[in-house]
Amino acid sequence: MLNSLWHTLFAPGFFSSSAVWRALSMSAAVAVVSGMVGVFAVVRGQSFAGHALGDFGTTGASGAFLAGLNAVWGFLGVGLIAGAIMDTLGKRAKERDIATGVVLSLILGIGALFLYFDTTYRNTTGAPMTILFGSVFLVDPSLLPFVLCFDGLAVLLLFIIYRPLLFSSLNVDLARAKGVPARLISILFMSALAMAVEQSAIVVGALLSTALLIGPAAIAIRFTHRPGKAMLVASMIGIFSSWMGILLAYDSYNWPPVNRGWPVSFFIASIILLLYILSHLRLRMGTRRGKKVLQEG
Amino acid sequence: MYLRSVANTAPDPVLTVKQVSVRFGSRRVLDNISLELQAGDFVGLIGPNGAGKTTLLKVILGLQPPDAGKVEMEGKVIHRGNSRVGYVPQKISLDPDTPMSARDLVALGLDGHRWGIPLPSRKRWAAVDEALAAVDALRYANAPVGKLSGGEQQRLLIAQALLTQPKLLLLDEPLSNLDIRSAHEVVRLVSRISREQNLAILLVAHDMNPLLGAMDKIVYLAEGRAAMGSVDEVVQSHVLSQLYGYDVEVIRVQGRILVVGGEAPLPVNQSISVWDEALTHVE
Repeated sequence: MLNSLWHTLFAPGFFSSSAVWRALSMSAAVAVVSGMVGVFAVVRGQSFAGHALGDFGTTGASGAFLAGLNAVWGFLGVGLIAGAIMDTLGKRAKERDIATGVVLSLILGIGALFLYFDTTYRNTTGAPMTILFGSVFLVDPSLLPFVLCFDGLAVLLLFIIYRPLLFSSLNVDLARAKGVPARLISILFMSALAMAVEQSAIVVGALLSTALLIGPAAIAIRFTHRPGKAMLVASMIGIFSSWMGILLAYDSYNWPPVNRGWPVSFFIASIILLLYILSHLRLRMGTRRGKKVLQEG
Repeated sequence: MYLRSVANTAPDPVLTVKQVSVRFGSRRVLDNISLELQAGDFVGLIGPNGAGKTTLLKVILGLQPPDAGKVEMEGKVIHRGNSRVGYVPQKISLDPDTPMSARDLVALGLDGHRWGIPLPSRKRWAAVDEALAAVDALRYANAPVGKLSGGEQQRLLIAQALLTQPKLLLLDEPLSNLDIRSAHEVVRLVSRISREQNLAILLVAHDMNPLLGAMDKIVYLAEGRAAMGSVDEVVQSHVLSQLYGYDVEVIRVQGRILVVGGEAPLPVNQSISVWDEALTHVE
């Protein structure tokens, strides 16, 4: 009885499959980076920049496919360049968002063209699906060390710029007056953001990379008001959602249409959204209870 | 002889602004401004909107290089990030979800410009608590900053500016957006800190009335020109008329001072702004 329940939860072969282990470890690494960087992206109001970086990455990845390279290099290369360009576009968040929005459609158009060539000339029909919606089960095992390496780099970068970044996220004028090189910090953060977004593009796809970046961070800052704790909680939520997503995707192999698993990204994005809604509900109930106590007191 | 010896023993000024001019394109924002602050001076920098008050603060902070003249802090030319200068910027509004406690925010004043993550240190938090106590903010030391009121956030920013033990504290419009009572509270607080720590204060405001009892000197800025001295010396019709470049009248009513624009040979909107000032003074 217990045994059958176990097998319903974890379909046979889940723990023995090397692809599953690879997916679990890779998504955990990506979730940690996304969660940590995401807290700052949310606080700095750069959610849109994060989303745009994912879209820019699409064009890079489809270009890389066309050139016969692995999509990962396209994601990272274009993401880092686009991040640097977006940072120089405007000093104010609004300015930057408008400029980014204008360029975004052009870049996505080029991406669509690349994807079309991918499917016609190179005969890789899976390319659009893989790039746009991710496929953590299909990532080339030889790339794992590189991905982990870039993850480590992004975390290291974030640790180095932590204090000045926190300061200039609070108020740029104040930080500059205290001697913080705000421009440099902003560019360095954009690089960390690009790395985080493009990494999660590999796991959940370019279109949904924002889910891992913004979702867990947005949930985390509702519950904690210390920066370090928020980063930790966001990472944990990211790991939980992506592991649950992988588990469900593995189980879905037996769901209709049988023997074709559902995309992991669908599950991860749904779980994050569910948690986000729950966090809103809980918080509301919390404040209502708080008010009641105040009234009674 | 006597006069000279007095001049020699007079303390060196904390801040010296020497003949500073700033132009934005063809517009003269600051025109040959000079002023001096001694330790413990509480000086109000007063003037209508667009007079160049914030620009002058930026020059003093080293954020805006002047086109002419220079600024010295304790005899040395200023530079950006001087730990002897504390700064509280104009209306900061923090997002309600900002993941920071009051302590976190204040601690940035100590080492927010340093690289890396802060190492756990009892000394660091003791310094933070001391600054919080100086502005009566220990009560909400652990509260999330985004949930605090504008006045409470302002106290935290003052505490943050005090952490490096500055000799000069610059406050940009700390009284705007505050009701009259809270404004008087902030003035009392700043005035007390100035006395306790022998700190020179330069407080920017567009309305001088909440500062009347507290400030030692006034710097009145209009049309990029400045006059400095005691309130009685500076706030006179002929002095201010010279600054504005047209006739204004100073009226004293029930202990309050109103500056009323006269026949201004200026575009209509500018003369209206002077009248606006007068109206805000009356309220």
